Amino acid sequence: MTNAPPNADTPYIEVRDLAMAYGDFVVQHDLNFVVNKGDIFVVMGGNGCGKTTLMRALVGLQQPATGSVFYGGEDFWNAAPEARQRLKRRLGILFQGGALWSSMTIAENVALPLSEYTGLAQARIDELVSFKLALVGLAGFEEFYPAELSGGMKKRAALARAMALDPDILVIDEPSSGLDPLTARRLDELIVELRDGLGTTIVVVTHELASILSIGDNSIYLDAESHTMIATGNPQDALKSGDPRVRHFLTRGAT
Amino acid sequence: MPHGATWQVDMRLAGEDGLEIILGGRWCIDGNLPAGTVLLDALNERIRGIRFSSAALAEWDSGLLTFVAGVVKLCGARGVAVDAKGLPQGVQRLLAMALAVPEQKVALSSATAQGLLAQVGRATIESFRGLPQMLQFLGEITLSFTRLIVGRAHFRRGDLWREIEQAGPRALPIVFVISFLVGLILAYLGADQLRMVGAQIYIADLVAIGMVREIGALMTGIIVAGRTGAAFAAQLGTMQVNDEIDAFKTLGISSIDFLVLPRMLALMLMVPLLTLYAGFVGMLAGMVVSATIFDIGVVEYYTEILRALEPKHFLVGLSKGTVYGAMIAFAGCLRGMQCGRSAESVGQAATSAVVTGILLITITASIMTIVYYRLGI
Repeated sequence: MTNAPPNADTPYIEVRDLAMAYGDFVVQHDLNFVVNKGDIFVVMGGNGCGKTTLMRALVGLQQPATGSVFYGGEDFWNAAPEARQRLKRRLGILFQGGALWSSMTIAENVALPLSEYTGLAQARIDELVSFKLALVGLAGFEEFYPAELSGGMKKRAALARAMALDPDILVIDEPSSGLDPLTARRLDELIVELRDGLGTTIVVVTHELASILSIGDNSIYLDAESHTMIATGNPQDALKSGDPRVRHFLTRGAT
Repeated sequence: MPHGATWQVDMRLAGEDGLEIILGGRWCIDGNLPAGTVLLDALNERIRGIRFSSAALAEWDSGLLTFVAGVVKLCGARGVAVDAKGLPQGVQRLLAMALAVPEQKVALSSATAQGLLAQVGRATIESFRGLPQMLQFLGEITLSFTRLIVGRAHFRRGDLWREIEQAGPRALPIVFVISFLVGLILAYLGADQLRMVGAQIYIADLVAIGMVREIGALMTGIIVAGRTGAAFAAQLGTMQVNDEIDAFKTLGISSIDFLVLPRMLALMLMVPLLTLYAGFVGMLAGMVVSATIFDIGVVEYYTEILRALEPKHFLVGLSKGTVYGAMIAFAGCLRGMQCGRSAESVGQAATSAVVTGILLITITASIMTIVYYRLGI
């Protein structure tokens, strides 16, 4: 049943028997989890545990060794190229460093997905771009190049680009890396606002405790030693009564 | 020797089977310190434990730590117990920290020593592994050109113009200098040979045909490979490092259409034009040399060029320029897209782009010369 029709029981995003490897080195194996629609889902774990690799498998950048990812019951990795392309268009991705196209202005960065896929008139695209930039607090920065922005502004501009096509699912890699605590918190709040306002399902890959505990509805913990996931559930519950290794992580080793 | 100016180490037997190491003076890294192996002679079979005494120690830094760590390692290998209590508090703490995590036996793939034969074999396999990647890239570019022809390839016109400007007009000064000097060399070379048969006027033919057909395209190709091919690899490589290429992929935008196609087009348009320019500059140099050194009149030289040059020579030069442009852009973009994710690999990509570009130019130049000769063009 690789391409079962979506019904009420079909998970929104499902990862089944996923294993990822670089050559002979298995980064993570036996990953099985479900992301519910409208959740902020946190993928947590220590450095080098394979969080970013999992993110790359989720968005189609790295072929898993085994298993697959299902969006609304549709097998992503075994889909025909056109179907995969269609699934990709439902995803918005915010890379760790922003990955803004450096030869284009901020406005052009946000406009490119729109002009590629919507066929809207330029004036309408400009309107949408200004609105998305205003949404992330960057109104007036349209003509700036990425190199002229601070780290936090780059992240927000990249978020505006990731949201350009109003994706159903937003995947964010390390939102708070390189940001000061206040900027990181404002970005977290922005992520929650976007979820509440637009109903976007958000997958966040992070090891930032403050973020995990404040915005995560659900989570998995990837263990770097056993190379697999050792816990799922709400991060707050995990903190109270979860696996000792997860509690150890969530309390910075205090328990 | 004044106290504190340099290091001192003494050894004294302590009891039946102990050794006391007495440290004194200044133990700093700039003080030409001894290695832990100075103990080798003193550590005979009878010694079962060592301890330190550091009352006379004036000053110390990491230099002392590496000495002590060396001693600890030496003793560990011989089963001799080390008592660090006689060392200063700070040294004891740092030593404990350094020894807390045992050395990891991590296999570094590049660090494994190999014989010459194995290295040659590995390099050969690697170079053949590159071939399918090159062919795949060639296939992707072909598909992209097909999309361009049916009007479905997406890239920004502004990108194309920017690449054209960078590759074309901005290369004019360097192409001028090189072509002028090469034209001059050709004229001198020809003058020397042709004087023997009293046919110096044919300098004009030699320089004109040589520059327009072959040398102009070749010199331009090599200049552009070094200038623009390397720049392409560095640009795309940096984009790879910053995840910008991945950002295209995840949006489903073809990075070949968007990044490679405008660069291919820019060079396929600009290199033939630069080749033409190089040809004219070369002829100009020939004229200057002929008129000033070999007493050939400017009008005479000009008439001889008009007689010698046929349209087919220009066609050969322009076709070669176009093909070289495609080769340079191909090599630059291929190496950029293959770039790893570090600053070092961007440098390697740029280097490799120039090497591959010049190699491809030379190979296609030979093939085209032979083909044109057979066709009588």
